[in-house]
Amino acid sequence: MANYTEENLAEELENQEYKFGFVTPIDSDTIPIGLSEDVIRLISNKKEEPLWLLEHRLHAYNVWKTMEEPKWAHVKYKKPDFQNIAYYSAPKQSKKYESWDDVDPEMKATMAKLGISMEEQQRLTGVAVDFVMDSVSVATSFKEKLGELGIIFCSFSEAVQNHPDLVRKYMGTVIPTTDNYYAALNNAVFTDGSFCYIPKGVRCPMELSTYFRINAGGTGQFERTLVVADEGSYVSYLEGCTAPQRDENQLHAAVVELIALDNAEIKYSTVQNWYPGDKNGLGGIFNFVTKRGICHTNSKISWTQVETGSAVTWKYPSCILKGDHSIGEFYSVAVTNNYQQADTGTKMIHLGKNTKSTIISKGISAGKSQNSYRGLVQIHKSAKNARNFSQCDSLLMSSECGAHTFPYIECKNSTAKIEHEATTSKIGEDQLFYCKQRGIGEEKAIGLIVNGYCKEVLNQLPMEFAVEAQKLLTISLEGSVG
Amino acid sequence: MITIKNLHASIDGKEILRGLNLTVNAGEVHAIMGPNGAGKSTLASVLAGRDAYEITAGEVIFEGTDLLSLSTEDRAREGLFLAFQYPVEIPGVSNVNFLRTAINEIRAYKGEESLSAKDFMSLVREKSALVELDSKLASRSVNEGFSGGEKKRNEIFQMAMLAPKLAILDETDSGLDIDALRIVAKGVNQLKSPENAAIVITHYQRLLDYIVPDFVHVLYKGQIVKTGGKELALELEEKGYDWIKDAHPTV
Ligand SMILES: Nc1ncnc2c1ncn2[C@@H]1O[C@H](COP(=O)(O)OP(=O)(O)OP(=O)(O)O)[C@@H](O)[C@H]1O
Ligand SMILES: [Mg+2]
Repeated sequence: MANYTEENLAEELENQEYKFGFVTPIDSDTIPIGLSEDVIRLISNKKEEPLWLLEHRLHAYNVWKTMEEPKWAHVKYKKPDFQNIAYYSAPKQSKKYESWDDVDPEMKATMAKLGISMEEQQRLTGVAVDFVMDSVSVATSFKEKLGELGIIFCSFSEAVQNHPDLVRKYMGTVIPTTDNYYAALNNAVFTDGSFCYIPKGVRCPMELSTYFRINAGGTGQFERTLVVADEGSYVSYLEGCTAPQRDENQLHAAVVELIALDNAEIKYSTVQNWYPGDKNGLGGIFNFVTKRGICHTNSKISWTQVETGSAVTWKYPSCILKGDHSIGEFYSVAVTNNYQQADTGTKMIHLGKNTKSTIISKGISAGKSQNSYRGLVQIHKSAKNARNFSQCDSLLMSSECGAHTFPYIECKNSTAKIEHEATTSKIGEDQLFYCKQRGIGEEKAIGLIVNGYCKEVLNQLPMEFAVEAQKLLTISLEGSVG
Repeated sequence: MITIKNLHASIDGKEILRGLNLTVNAGEVHAIMGPNGAGKSTLASVLAGRDAYEITAGEVIFEGTDLLSLSTEDRAREGLFLAFQYPVEIPGVSNVNFLRTAINEIRAYKGEESLSAKDFMSLVREKSALVELDSKLASRSVNEGFSGGEKKRNEIFQMAMLAPKLAILDETDSGLDIDALRIVAKGVNQLKSPENAAIVITHYQRLLDYIVPDFVHVLYKGQIVKTGGKELALELEEKGYDWIKDAHPTV
C-alpha cells in the first residue's frame, strides 16, 4: 500500500474538481422541536421499538436532565438550545427512488460536478441499488457473501427489529448509558445508525462501509453504532465519507461501541468531513462523539481517524484493554482551519496483563484555529507488563493558530513501560521554497508536505479511503499558509 | 539566456548584492567563485525567487522575460533550476512522487499532457543510472536521512529529470568524494547543449577539471569583481583571495 498511496495521490490531485458541499433542500417527516418524555415515546413509537429500549431511553433522559455539559475541553462555543432541536427527522431522501431515472437531474448534475462517483451518487440519493444495472452484481453478491458467512450488517433500527437479543446483550456494555452528557443524550434520543456482528471465527472478506449498507437512510443527528466481533473474527469497518457533508443539524452526538471478543480484531476507520463553518467562523457542525471499544483476551482494536470537518470537534476514540495480551491502537490526523476547534485524542485503559497500546496523533492547525490533543494512558494495578507508545506531533500552518497537547498518564503498576514523544513544528519555509523551485505550486506543495507528515496514519487506512483522505487534507488546507 | 544588470538585494535590511552584473549565453558554463559570505548563495536564491530577499534595484532578463516578475514556481517552470547548497528534507514524500508532481506541474504549465506512469518510471531509470543513484534512494523520502553526498547527488538526479534551460549549482561539489564528483560532473556535462547553460558556484578548482567553464567570475562583497577564463580558477587556487580583496577594499 505504501507504494500506491502517493503515486495515486499525485495523479488524483491533478483533477482536483472536488469542492465544497452542496445543499439539496429536502422535505422530511419531522416532529415538532423540543425534548420531553413524550418526544422520546414518540420516537420509540415511530420506530416500533420493544419496551426495554423505550425504558432505556427514558432512563437515559432522566439522568441526562441532572447532568452538566462538560467544560474541560479546550473549545469555546455557544451551548446548543436543546429545546430548539427536532429530535426525529426522516428525510424523504431516504425513501428510495425506484430507479436512477427518477432522480432529479439537477441533483445528478451537481454530484457529477463534484466528481462524485456514480456509485456514490446513487448511494447519496438513496436509489434502490438493486435497480441500477452497474451495481446489481456488486450489491447482490456483497449481500449474499455476507449472508453466507453469517455476518449481520444493517441499520441499527433493523437490528433492533431483527436481532433484538444481540442488540440488548451488547448495547451500552462499553459506554454506560450515562457515561457523559452527550452519550446520555444520545441514549435518550438516538434515531438510527449501524449494527454489525461478525460470528465466531469469521474473517469478514471485505471492508464494511455504510457505502454498501443498502437500506440505510441518512446518518442522523444522534447516530448509534455497535460493532461486535465474536471470538476469533476480524472486521474492517469504514465510517464517514470524504464528500463534504452539510447538515441542517448543528449538533451531532454519536455513540459508537466496539466489542472485540477473545482473539478478535476490529479495525475502525473514519473520515469526518462535516461542514466546518465559513471562513469567518459562522455556522458549522458541533461534533460531540463518544467512541469506545473493549478488547477481550488477545484481541485488538485499532481506531484510525482523519478529521477535517466540523466547527467544534470533541472526540476520543478509546480502548479498554480488559483481556490479557490485548492491543489498542489509535492513529489520528486532525486538521483545523479558519475558526475550527478540535479537541481530540484517545484513552487507553490497560487492565489486562501484557496489554499494549500505540497512539500516533498528527494535529495540523491553520488559520485562526485551535487544535488540541488530549490523551489518557491509564495502567491499572492488574496490568502487569503493560506497554504504551505515544507520539503526538503538531504542525502549524500559520502564526495565529494554536496547537495544544494534554497527555495524561496514570500508572499503578511498576512493570509498565510508557513512552511519550511530542513535537511541534511550523510548516517549513525551506520545504515550500524547495518544492516551488522544482515547479510545484503552493497548494500542491502544501498537499505534498502535509500528506508526507501524516503518512504513518494514512497508511493505516484502507486503500480507497487513503487516496480520498489525502485529497481531502489538501483541500482542507487550501490557502492556509500565512 | 540570462542577463543580470545592476542587481541590488538585501535581507533583513542588510544589503548583500550590490550592483551585480552578469550575462550568460546559451551553450556556456560559468563558474562563480568567491570568499565565504560574498553573496554567492544569495545570488542563487534571488534568481530562484526566495521571498526573504528584497530587490532594491536592477533587472534580470531570462530568455527574454523579466525574471523578477515571475513567481518562484513559474521561474522553475520556465526552466530555471537550482541545486541547493543545503538540500531540504521532506519526510514522508518519496523522491519519485515529488519529481512526478514537479514534472507534471511543469508540463501542465506548458500545456502538455501529464507523463504516464510508465514513461515517468523509465525516465527515472534512465536518469538514476546516469548519476548512479541507488534505486532505493529514488523511492525514499526526499533527502530524509540521506548522507551529505547522497543529497548532492539527488540534486543532480533531479536536475537530470527536469532538464532545465539554466541550472545553477550552489556548491554541489562540497562534501563529495572524488567518484561522486565525477558523477555530478557527468550529469552536468550531459545536460550541456547549445540551448542550455549552467552557473556553477564552487570553492574548488577541482570541479572545474571535470566541468570546464567558459568563464570564471569572482564574486566579492556582492559584486562580480573579476572575470576570466578557466585559468583564473587556477590562479585563485594558488593565490587565494587576498589580492582580489586588496584590489577592492571599498566595494
Ligand atoms: N537573514 C540574514 N540576515 C542578515 N544577513 C544575512 C542573512 N542571510 C544571509 N546573510 C548574510 O549574507 C551574506 C552572504 O551570504 P551567502 O550565503 O550568499 O554567502 P556565500 O557567498 O554563499 O558564502 P559561502 O561560500 O559560505 O556559501 C553573509 O554575510 C550572510 O551572513
Ligand atoms: Mg553559499
